[in-house]
Amino acid sequence: MLSALDQFFARPAIALDLRAQRSELLASNVANADTPNYKARDFDFSAALQAAIRGPRGSQGKLAVERTSAGHLDGRSGAAQGADVKYRIPVQASIDGNTVELDTELGQFTDNAVRYQADLTFASNQIRLLQQAVAGQ
Amino acid sequence: MSLLNVFDIAGSALTAQSQRLNAVASNLANADSAVSADGTPYRAKQVVFTATPLAKGMQGMGVRVTSVVDDPSPPRLVYNPRSPFADGNGYVTMPNVNVVEEMTNMLSASRAYQFNMDIMNTAKNLLIKTMALGS
Repeated sequence: MLSALDQFFARPAIALDLRAQRSELLASNVANADTPNYKARDFDFSAALQAAIRGPRGSQGKLAVERTSAGHLDGRSGAAQGADVKYRIPVQASIDGNTVELDTELGQFTDNAVRYQADLTFASNQIRLLQQAVAGQ
Repeated sequence: MSLLNVFDIAGSALTAQSQRLNAVASNLANADSAVSADGTPYRAKQVVFTATPLAKGMQGMGVRVTSVVDDPSPPRLVYNPRSPFADGNGYVTMPNVNVVEEMTNMLSASRAYQFNMDIMNTAKNLLIKTMALGS
């Protein structure tokens, strides 16, 4: 039963984890908006979510460490560590080699924050659903 | 918890931008200082930003001021033969501070500070909502 509960909460948890991870990347893009030679990074959320949901094998991403024994550590933690981080292609690159475009990054950050809240709403609705089922109302 | 890392990242940017603002303030205050502590004209200071990972296993990168360098541009020569610092031709060597450049630097630093503050606020709101999950 516990594993069924686990599965019930896994999807919103993975989505929230990935959203939080993406917000970390976008925040570091904004923080480095004036750093010479810094390249803005981001990942494709829907691809990362699908890879994470596909199972532990799929969640390890492309750079997973090959494990030949169950006792080996995979060098990653959390469901969302497998996100395939890529460099953003700038529309207007700056002369100091920095590819951060503040408007894009802030737009993406806000978009990500709103979707994080949407995921939170879904998660709390799921919890409420379970509570109602437990209370038998 | 990636959202908590956002505080570290944006916080590092706030520190770096305020250091930059500090350098701008120093440059503007000394735009006319013909003599600095070591007897030579003041030289404009510029901060160097470097992207640094703030913790092990963290994907995002923070920003740190790794050094403060003297602006290499040549000093400004002002003709003022009555000054005690004038050379044989009557020119006084003044600091190489470009006031227009410093003002734009200041605006850029203050905007970047605001953006990072906004990001911290958003992360704070998201975390507060996450705490209330299931209640």
